[in-house]
Amino acid sequence: MYRAHVLVCGGTGCASSGSGKIQDTFKEQLEEKGLSNEVAIVQTGCHGLCALGPIVVVYPEGTFYSQVTPEDVPEIVAEHLLKGRIVERLVYKEEDEDDGSVKSYNDTDFAKKQHRVALRNCGVINPENIDEYIGTRGYEALGKVLTEMTPEQVIDVVLASGLRGRGGAGFPTGRKWQLARNLVQDGGPKYVCCNADEGDPGAFMDRSVLEGDPHVVLEAMTIAGYAIGANQGFIYVRAEYPIAVERLGIAIKQAREYGLLGKNIFDSGFDFDIELRLGAGAFVCGEETALMTSIEGKRGEPRPRPPFPAVAGLFQRPTILNNVETWANIPQIILNGPEWFASMGTEKSKGTKVFALGGKINNTGLVEIPMGTTLREVVEDIGGGVPNGKKFKAAQTGGPSGGCIPAEHYDVPIDYDNLLAIGSMMGSGGLIVMDEDNCMVDIAKFFLEFTVDESCGKCTPCRIGTKRMYEILDRITKGQGTLEDLDRLEELGKYIKDNALCGLGQTAPNPVLSTLRYFRDEYVAHVVDKKCPAGVCKALLSYSIDPAKCKGCTLCARNCPAGCISGKVKEPHVIDQSKCLKCGACMDNCRFGAISKG
Amino acid sequence: MCASGSTTGVAFSGTPEQKEKLLQVIASKKDEPGALMPILQEAQAIYGYLPIEVQTMIAEEMNIPLEKVYGVSTFYAQFSLYPKGKYRISVCLGTACYVKGSGAVMEELEKELSITNGQCTADGKFSLDACRCVGACGLAPVMLVNDDVYGRMTPDQVKGILAKYE
Repeated sequence: MYRAHVLVCGGTGCASSGSGKIQDTFKEQLEEKGLSNEVAIVQTGCHGLCALGPIVVVYPEGTFYSQVTPEDVPEIVAEHLLKGRIVERLVYKEEDEDDGSVKSYNDTDFAKKQHRVALRNCGVINPENIDEYIGTRGYEALGKVLTEMTPEQVIDVVLASGLRGRGGAGFPTGRKWQLARNLVQDGGPKYVCCNADEGDPGAFMDRSVLEGDPHVVLEAMTIAGYAIGANQGFIYVRAEYPIAVERLGIAIKQAREYGLLGKNIFDSGFDFDIELRLGAGAFVCGEETALMTSIEGKRGEPRPRPPFPAVAGLFQRPTILNNVETWANIPQIILNGPEWFASMGTEKSKGTKVFALGGKINNTGLVEIPMGTTLREVVEDIGGGVPNGKKFKAAQTGGPSGGCIPAEHYDVPIDYDNLLAIGSMMGSGGLIVMDEDNCMVDIAKFFLEFTVDESCGKCTPCRIGTKRMYEILDRITKGQGTLEDLDRLEELGKYIKDNALCGLGQTAPNPVLSTLRYFRDEYVAHVVDKKCPAGVCKALLSYSIDPAKCKGCTLCARNCPAGCISGKVKEPHVIDQSKCLKCGACMDNCRFGAISKG
Repeated sequence: MCASGSTTGVAFSGTPEQKEKLLQVIASKKDEPGALMPILQEAQAIYGYLPIEVQTMIAEEMNIPLEKVYGVSTFYAQFSLYPKGKYRISVCLGTACYVKGSGAVMEELEKELSITNGQCTADGKFSLDACRCVGACGLAPVMLVNDDVYGRMTPDQVKGILAKYE
């Protein structure tokens, strides 16, 4: 027995901030002080507050230290672990803006408004130790399923819970399982796949589950295998997530050693095993048929549906594919019952959803909230608002398939149907906040560039259509667009949506269509006034010096790489617009605020 | 030594040890369904890239057309047909990093190294690529040099970081 546990986050965010070194330093310090037998160091998964990493939590007190450096470790060991005195200066605190009172981590809005189901073990257990997972009721659901329930009962429970796919499209999970069980019953092989090819830029909830709680995915997949009559599972995971790949490998090995994967699990006569397959950097492979084609060892191009994977999926056999976060909900639903799950969320979207907050927001990181929470609560309360006193302009959800939600919809409760109705989509849960400094035309162009790059080329609407849309957007950002271009974008976008082969193409126009819908005036400003109101599109910018404010210090002229600023010492300077590169070096260097762009 | 995306003028210089290792990998995997991708991944780990010579070896050993191997190798962004620099720099141009200004970091790197996205410096030291989200969005903007992660990047940090790899 240890008298204290030091939990060091080993997720990608904290690892990138140097948490490995912190673990090593703890180890050395504890040995030096002779505490190695009293204090255990546990490497955990993600707490969600990635911006404040590396994070260290000390139990039994539950003290939440943030932004810890290796140099802080001796103090934590000497003070907290040896003498029992908490190192106050490192404890994460949030100061109340109104009365100046200080809140501890668990009392902050960030922690309080969350409800952790899929992420319940992340940051709490050591993901590389199966016993810790079992210690939090891990594999209990699998035991219950295999010894007490029929496959039909399992499917009924999942159906009754109302769980919908967390990969973005929101198809009812139980329905998917039911189809895969019933449509083909020829005794041949069926497959269970896990979509861990989290390709939406800005979304990293799946990574966090895989890194922080890999066994939950294995357990859920095995349950699904029993439900649909499959004996083999595949996890298709991005190669860009090395830590997740490593921990999944460890988890699979441990589960096999414990007899929780393999032959005759729980003496039930049911066999199930899981194989890991690595992606190789193709966004389209997150689409279900493309993912299966890729596991088959081919170019990851999507296939037309029907036949649906429930009939002819992987290796042309019935297959179900669920996203990591969907899997992470399954054991909880089995253990706590479908009513428990259905009690959270909105009428048609049950349970919770994990969002990755990013962009112009104070608390970047992962949050899990009940469906139906408003965007305002997520951004303002949990996310801590937009930094630097800037104004919220839009939130982008659904990645390259989604859209931008403007401030006028700040109070819409987030669920699948509401987001669709306002021209965006749930997607996998990336939520990127933009402020007044972000140009919506530029953002639309950014996403189209992504889609053009990632289009697999199989179908014409996507391959050629997205390219044409990109070219039009590029023209607009260079001040060469016309009002007809806006209509053309809308027409083309609609055509691509209706005709592309797979989800990637069908949703590719969304970022353009939604920004046109809500920020049309910004497009018009680019086209008619040849101005970029946010000051992002370089071709439309010009820098000028206010002669009244310029002191003639020459700093701008000396820093101009193009040598286009002239003027005598102590006299106002002038920018030669024909030579200006629009790099902004002059503005960055001016101490008198005399230079403006617009 | 390395080449930019547009040139192929680098002689293949695989060692017998590398070949031996590759043949072992192929032999152990080739009968599994869908073995081509895992084999290509191992091959790239062994050689650092997938030159036509390596693809030919794989096609012959697996008894499949070279065209199929080439098709898969060129489909996925992670497979490279050309060698990379000693230090592989990737700048995340995912959404979270982009809205926080990773584009400017990329520009600074291009300026500092005098190469563009996808190229490699003439001395083979640095190669520069844009990458999609690495999932460290909390630290945006992010860049990677081999396995070292640099978060909260600003353009003026570029020079100092490059200097570490001289």
